Amino acid sequence: MIEFTLNGTPRQLDVAPDTPLLWALRDSLGLTGTKYGCGIAQCGACTVHLQGTPIRSCVTPVSAAAGKAVTTIEGLQLSSARAVQAAWESLDVVQCGYCQSGQIMSAVALLSRKPEPTDKDIDEAMAGNICRCNTYARIRAAIKQASKALS
Amino acid sequence: MTEKNRFSLDRRRFLVVSAGTGAGLTLGVLLPGCDGGQAAAPAPAPSGPGKAGSQLLSAQTFEPNAFVRISGDNRVTVIVKHVEMGQGAYTGLATLVAEELDAAWSQVQVEAAPADPARYNNLFWGKIQGTGGSTSMANSWEQMRKAGAAARAMLVAAAAKAWAVPEDEITVSEGVLSHAAGDHQASFGDFAERAAQQPVPGEVMLKDPEEFRLIGTPVPRKDSKAKTNGTARFTQDVQLPGMLTALVAHPPRFGAKLKSFDAAKAKAVPGVQQVVQIPTGVAVLAGDFWSAKKGRDALRIEWDESDAFNQGTPELLAQYRELALKPGNVARDEGDTEAALRAPGHKTLQAEMTFPYLAHAAMEPMNCVLQRNDKGVEIWNGAQFQTPDQRAVAAVFGIAPEQVKINMLYAGGSFGRRANPQSDYVSEAAQIVKASDSRVPVKLVWTREDDMRAGYYRPMYLHRMEAALDREGNPVAWRQRVVGQSIAAGSAFEGMLVKDGVDVTSVEGAANLPYAIPNLRIELHTTQLPVPVQWWRSVGSTHTAFAVETFIDRLAAETGRDPLEFRRTLLKKHPRHLAVLELAADKAGWGESLGEMRGRGIAVHESFNSYVAQVAEVSVHADNSFSVDRVVIAVDCGIAVNPDVVRAQMEGGMGYGLSAALSSEITFEAGSVVQSNFNDYQVLRIGQMPEVEVYIVPSAQPPSGVGEPATPVIAPAVANALRAATGRYFERLPLALSA
Repeated sequence: MIEFTLNGTPRQLDVAPDTPLLWALRDSLGLTGTKYGCGIAQCGACTVHLQGTPIRSCVTPVSAAAGKAVTTIEGLQLSSARAVQAAWESLDVVQCGYCQSGQIMSAVALLSRKPEPTDKDIDEAMAGNICRCNTYARIRAAIKQASKALS
Repeated sequence: MTEKNRFSLDRRRFLVVSAGTGAGLTLGVLLPGCDGGQAAAPAPAPSGPGKAGSQLLSAQTFEPNAFVRISGDNRVTVIVKHVEMGQGAYTGLATLVAEELDAAWSQVQVEAAPADPARYNNLFWGKIQGTGGSTSMANSWEQMRKAGAAARAMLVAAAAKAWAVPEDEITVSEGVLSHAAGDHQASFGDFAERAAQQPVPGEVMLKDPEEFRLIGTPVPRKDSKAKTNGTARFTQDVQLPGMLTALVAHPPRFGAKLKSFDAAKAKAVPGVQQVVQIPTGVAVLAGDFWSAKKGRDALRIEWDESDAFNQGTPELLAQYRELALKPGNVARDEGDTEAALRAPGHKTLQAEMTFPYLAHAAMEPMNCVLQRNDKGVEIWNGAQFQTPDQRAVAAVFGIAPEQVKINMLYAGGSFGRRANPQSDYVSEAAQIVKASDSRVPVKLVWTREDDMRAGYYRPMYLHRMEAALDREGNPVAWRQRVVGQSIAAGSAFEGMLVKDGVDVTSVEGAANLPYAIPNLRIELHTTQLPVPVQWWRSVGSTHTAFAVETFIDRLAAETGRDPLEFRRTLLKKHPRHLAVLELAADKAGWGESLGEMRGRGIAVHESFNSYVAQVAEVSVHADNSFSVDRVVIAVDCGIAVNPDVVRAQMEGGMGYGLSAALSSEITFEAGSVVQSNFNDYQVLRIGQMPEVEVYIVPSAQPPSGVGEPATPVIAPAVANALRAATGRYFERLPLALSA
């Protein structure tokens, strides 16, 4: 039995400890906002926050979350999250949308850590998140807009 | 409004359904084939494809069969027959209805149409429902506006009757019906019931472009919110009671067959329920993904590879090169190209261009949920080819295509992949359900590696180019030989797309060369290989645009002429090409100096009736790498229904092409696909995305496509920029500065 805090609520889970956190979230807990894209931490679609830090849940065994706090797209509460999601919507960043949960989790983590990121900061923080629709120009613009709204 | 705006409506083709339930009354404008007597209950607050699919189905309350539905609570639901895979079809088609209906954008929601080719066929494809070829907007342009206009006319008729005033004294704006004298006002919802009792108008008036108030404006996307907060549902997210997840072990090489397998260890994995043999491999069914994956990893399989594909990319290239030396099937022939190429005094130039296989690599790897039930089969999928998928699944089970019900989900990208002529992954899901005799829903999930190695690639191509310049430097002959596999051959589309031995998708973008050259010959060699191939965003243009646009640049360079000026001279009869060319060049500051080791390149290309020019600026770095710094795009897509969606498709389509220009390739070693995932199949990341500017040519022409036309233009623009920076020519994709 693995216990951790998920989006502010304590949860217990009876799965094999080597199960990636991604599949525990999706298949066992029914939270499907976090996506499967590659399974090898290359695309970032599975990004969630573990103790506030963005991680790739597809390569993180659920056992690594024991006793810790996990936040998914469904549980975002931070003011930076509201700013990011508002900017995403106002600029119509999304196209197919499949990668966007992961993009937003990475962007929120960036702004929480660095409220006024430079272009280089953005490119570095978002380098692990692939978007095959190539919404990158709007992702950059939305992060800047969210940063402005937060300051 | 003038007579040209008057469109007749065949009353037999537009029926009204009025259905009373506690939830409200609806007005539906229906197309032929509907059973007008069949009551249609209103949808329980649908928005987005997932809700129109599984929830409705599980409740078994409603099968939508209209393009527009207006309910008593004043919601306008637009039913969209095309998949939303990022291209903005939901927003665009809803805009068409809302425009002619004079609805408020905020009251409009979108629902996915069910699979039914009689009512929801792509009007450009006969009786086939499907999305592709950048046709969603173009084929729906009149159809959806007529649906909105008919609904508006019936609302107005109902209000006129209730208020006892002439219809022409009633105005409609933002979802509100008003009498001109100001003594009556009502919402659509107020009249939904009574409008449904009005006769369907025999004809409708459509607006003049100057009357548009939504078309041509950047109304917000209907799918932004759900795709920003994690609630948008994709096939991968479908969860149904009792559902099993299936993973399939595929042969290691194309053409290999299953010899034997031992499932003992797989079956011992907790959670694994069944292991079955299917025509494409061995499927492991389990209660969840991870158990299915562990089960698949535990399979012991022997493959018979005696007839398997066993060649490598270098061998294929060598064979293609040989073929390109010989004449092929003729796709276009004007003048006497052979004579002009050899005429004394003419300067002849040659080039050989090569293009690798490419995977689509949509973010959502292919997947499909399928369930056998007493009525037939139910599918949950972001389906791009509803009708072919229905037929394929029906064939597996020996049932009628109408017995295959498709619940639409958002597609997490596709770029052509989900429009598979063989319905490959959908059929595989059907085979698993059949072999396992499952009555519970089964979700077939491909891992990224499965997806990347499953084939259906953009074919590998080789082009042999030859041109002649006369003494004044004018191009007088052009011969282009294309070598590669046919996408259409062997598929249901062969009859439509293969003519006189030429698959038109292999040579599109080359056979319709717009440049004025008197002696022209475009030839094709179609190769036969067991590597499955398929259309990939912009199809033939993915390679022909590069070959044509870099070779034209080369002719300009060889004669010391400016590439823009050279193109202008040869495009005098093509005003739409010229307009985008001039616009992009002007906005990019063509002719201004960029400095050392930087370069600017231009390319122009028409595909899917849209015209795109791009100017790329590159920097070449000391370590022999390069970056693409800025791209200026000009597009003429007819009326830009939603300029912001057009801009998004230009930005994204360009980026998709830039991945292929910079790094993506699928290669073979002894018949095996070398690449497996995003670690070795490199795609564009944010740091490589250039600054992008998009400019739209104002137009009164009907809208053409925007999903694909930006993709093929970037690679030649970047190659031409690199040529400007380095003086070297680039003849292969992906581009590399080191030889």
